Amino acid sequence: MDSITRFFKKLALLVRREKFHSELEEEMRFHREQKEKDLRDEGMAPEAAHRAAMRQFGNGTRLKEQSHEVVGFRLETVWQDFRFSIRQLRRSPGFTVTAMMMLALGIGASVAIFAFVDAALIQPLPYKDPNRLVDVNERVALFPRSNLSYQDYVDWKKMNKVFSAMEAYTATGYLLNTPTGTEPVPGARVSDGFFRVLGTKLALGRDFYSGEDQPGAADTVILSYATWQSRFGGRNDVIGQTVKLSGIPNTIIGVLPANFQFAPRGKVDFWATLHTLNNCEKRRSCHNLYGVARLKDGVTVQAALTDMTGVAKQLEVQYPSSNRDQGASVKPLYEEIVGDIRPILLVLLGGAGLLLLIACVNVASLLLVRSESRKREIAVRGALGASPARLIRQFITEGVVLIVGGCALGLLAAYGGMTLLSKLISKDMLNNMPYLSGIGMNPHVLIFAGTIGVVAAVLFAVTPIVRLPLTAMQEGLADGGRGSAGTLWRRFGANLVVLELTVAMVLLVGAGLLGKSFYRLLHVELGFRPDHLATLQISLPELTYAKEEQVMAIGRQIVSRAAALPGVKSAGITSMLAVSGNGNTDWIRFVGKPYNGEHNEVNQRDVSSDYFKTLQAKLIRGRFFTDEEDASKPKVALINQALAKKYFPGENPIGRKYGDTALTPTSIREIVGIVDDVKEGSLDSEIWPAEYTPFNQNTDTYVGLVVRTSQDEKTILPTLGAAIHQIDPGIGTMGEATMNQRISESQTASLHRSSAWLVGGFAVMALLLGVVGLYGVIAYSVSQRTREIGVRIALGAQKSSVYRMILKEAGWLTGLGIFAGLVCSVAAATLMRKLLFGIRSWDMPTLAGVALVLGASALLASYFPARRAASVNPVEALRAE
Amino acid sequence: MPKKPDLMPGTLDMLILKTLTRAPQHGYGIALSIRRASEEVLTVEEGSLYPALQRLLLQGWVKAEWKKTETNRRARYYTLTAAGRKQLGVEQSQFDQMIAAIGRVMQDA
Repeated sequence: MDSITRFFKKLALLVRREKFHSELEEEMRFHREQKEKDLRDEGMAPEAAHRAAMRQFGNGTRLKEQSHEVVGFRLETVWQDFRFSIRQLRRSPGFTVTAMMMLALGIGASVAIFAFVDAALIQPLPYKDPNRLVDVNERVALFPRSNLSYQDYVDWKKMNKVFSAMEAYTATGYLLNTPTGTEPVPGARVSDGFFRVLGTKLALGRDFYSGEDQPGAADTVILSYATWQSRFGGRNDVIGQTVKLSGIPNTIIGVLPANFQFAPRGKVDFWATLHTLNNCEKRRSCHNLYGVARLKDGVTVQAALTDMTGVAKQLEVQYPSSNRDQGASVKPLYEEIVGDIRPILLVLLGGAGLLLLIACVNVASLLLVRSESRKREIAVRGALGASPARLIRQFITEGVVLIVGGCALGLLAAYGGMTLLSKLISKDMLNNMPYLSGIGMNPHVLIFAGTIGVVAAVLFAVTPIVRLPLTAMQEGLADGGRGSAGTLWRRFGANLVVLELTVAMVLLVGAGLLGKSFYRLLHVELGFRPDHLATLQISLPELTYAKEEQVMAIGRQIVSRAAALPGVKSAGITSMLAVSGNGNTDWIRFVGKPYNGEHNEVNQRDVSSDYFKTLQAKLIRGRFFTDEEDASKPKVALINQALAKKYFPGENPIGRKYGDTALTPTSIREIVGIVDDVKEGSLDSEIWPAEYTPFNQNTDTYVGLVVRTSQDEKTILPTLGAAIHQIDPGIGTMGEATMNQRISESQTASLHRSSAWLVGGFAVMALLLGVVGLYGVIAYSVSQRTREIGVRIALGAQKSSVYRMILKEAGWLTGLGIFAGLVCSVAAATLMRKLLFGIRSWDMPTLAGVALVLGASALLASYFPARRAASVNPVEALRAE
Repeated sequence: MPKKPDLMPGTLDMLILKTLTRAPQHGYGIALSIRRASEEVLTVEEGSLYPALQRLLLQGWVKAEWKKTETNRRARYYTLTAAGRKQLGVEQSQFDQMIAAIGRVMQDA
């Protein structure tokens, strides 16, 4: 009750603030005059009485201020401080704009990168209890995570004691007949409990029944939400309808929810079950699945791995030929999904954080300079009655205003940055990283931005307070900011600038290393000439091309049709385009060499006769095969140099023979030539031993077409698909791209490119801010020492010696910064060596180059203040003080 | 000037209220009365007096009105209210208790 009446009284006083002040003023004047009169009555001289009364009464402004504090609202003074801060900041727009831009830059970069970190690493995967899901696969020497064989999967599912459920999935492609022609669409085949293990509830219809993945089950399919919307108009009556996938009618039984994503398989339009086993799945030695499982309560990933390794060992004893050295791999599902991108994101976040640090340090040192030049103002306000608490609050308010402005601009910048960065991610990459689609200004990001804001606000509020001349008021008044404080600032500010230069150096070295890695990656030895190559993926409908001879014939037709296109020099097909990935391997055994059942795992590719001619891959020895070498002729093969080196060291492999692990007579082939190592895997992968078999002896229904053109390869791309459809409109084509596009848009190249560009951007900004910081320190130091320099010149100092003096100061700071930067850079580069390719973390040319760039920029930044110092007019400098 | 002992914290409000029980007074008069009544021992700083008066006004323990002084000058006179009288009683008894307590402590020593 009491507090309410008090509040209203205060409110009334607030409205009549003018009256309150004039009354208080009058009351105090009365008090003073009364006192003066009493003193005079005691016999004091009038003049002395007046002075004594004034002195005894004390600082009138402060007294009024104190009464005011009793009746005023706390917010009222905050509002006053706020308005004053705005006035102060508007009075020095240069400072305000610079500080806010720097903050916006640092905050914007950090928040934008953090949004990606949040989407990828912090937000949980959209499954039930995602941390209990594990990625379960086989393990071989070449691949720590290799595909699971169907037969092994069935046994693992039965024999394991650690999973409450274990399911399998594999990618597939379907040909879909649409009004605009045959369209290849991505699909997946999964075991029946796949969606149940993830905890996904369907948006429409039903999930697969248990047992629906068994042979003999009906052909049923579940649609992705996007497919349901785009191909079936989002209609509810879609359930129960049939859709022909590669010519086979499937009943639609369900639709997945809109937010469903499964990163390991990327974009999938149609989900079917594994109910019809393909040739591979019938053999235990053929691996084409991946496994996903849910851990039983209380079971750790480590325990699951131990159990599965035991199961794999058991199967190895049971099936010695197919399961030799086939171990198990169990790791958290999120590890499989975000494991690759984590180091990149962390490096980027680190880079953005360092940029923010430089920005904050720069703004803090600007604030220091300002507080230095405002010493007199503070002293005057103190003398006029401002209490220390009020003065401190003034600085806090200014810091807060600055940071609020910086944060607001920073959030805008972050939003822009996020949009821009999201646009830079290609559609293919987004398919593989669906979690990035959830990026945006969510509560996590805002909390992050808020935390930065609070920390920075505290920093900016504290910085000038440390330097407030609260105790030495008279000194501040008399002196106007000269003397000992100057040297103190110089020491403190100088340390800050060394920190800035160090950080800038770290970022520059990081950018240099990443840039060089990217360059090395793009210029890695491919084993063929990637220019003037156009490629296309082709999917042959299996119902039409069911027999080997039919596939062989259409293969020949495709090649000759493509080769006959205007501007095409030659054409070839392959079961897998170069630079797409190691894998699709074969276990081979050499005739006439000792064999102990080990798995000699090599890449296996089926290629047409002109394939290597088209790639312009070098023949090292022997011959390429001819188009006539088909199933009716003796089986032949080409090997790459890596295979020759590994299995025929010091021998001539030409004429030697190999076959499958049992040396089945039909599998025996003769090696007729050695081809240069063609990069089959991603750009940063190793060269694996590889065998190349004639397409005409070993056909595929999914092939890559490569053509070498005489003109710009981009111009041929639109005609390639059309040419294939002229042969048979039922053939599906997709992914037309030049070889160079495929290389530069590959995931490896994209990730390296984006990290190099982003860190490069941070580094350039850091360099700019660091150099501006150095300029600020030197320029301020020169302005503080104007009189000293004037004296020196008056006493006969040469211009050159003044230059030397200033540049020496700058040189020291720069040298220290570069030295500390070198040490920190090597440490930082070691931390990010996972991202480096073909370069060591202590790459000398990069370190030297960066040191040179930083040194030169620093020299430039200190040259201008040095020139000003050297041109000081001694007469003016001395008179000015 | 020899340093005068500081007022015990929290007692200024009580002293002002007590002073006003005799007659309404203006600020200078209150300061003067306290000094005289304490035989020059207690000096009320102007810096504490006026904020204290504003505080008492806000609490509703005193009222203020502008009147003429004997010398025909305008001054703000403070009058004790009923609530103020009650408050004085509360503060006085608290003060007595404390003095008694302090006295006991000092005696024992």
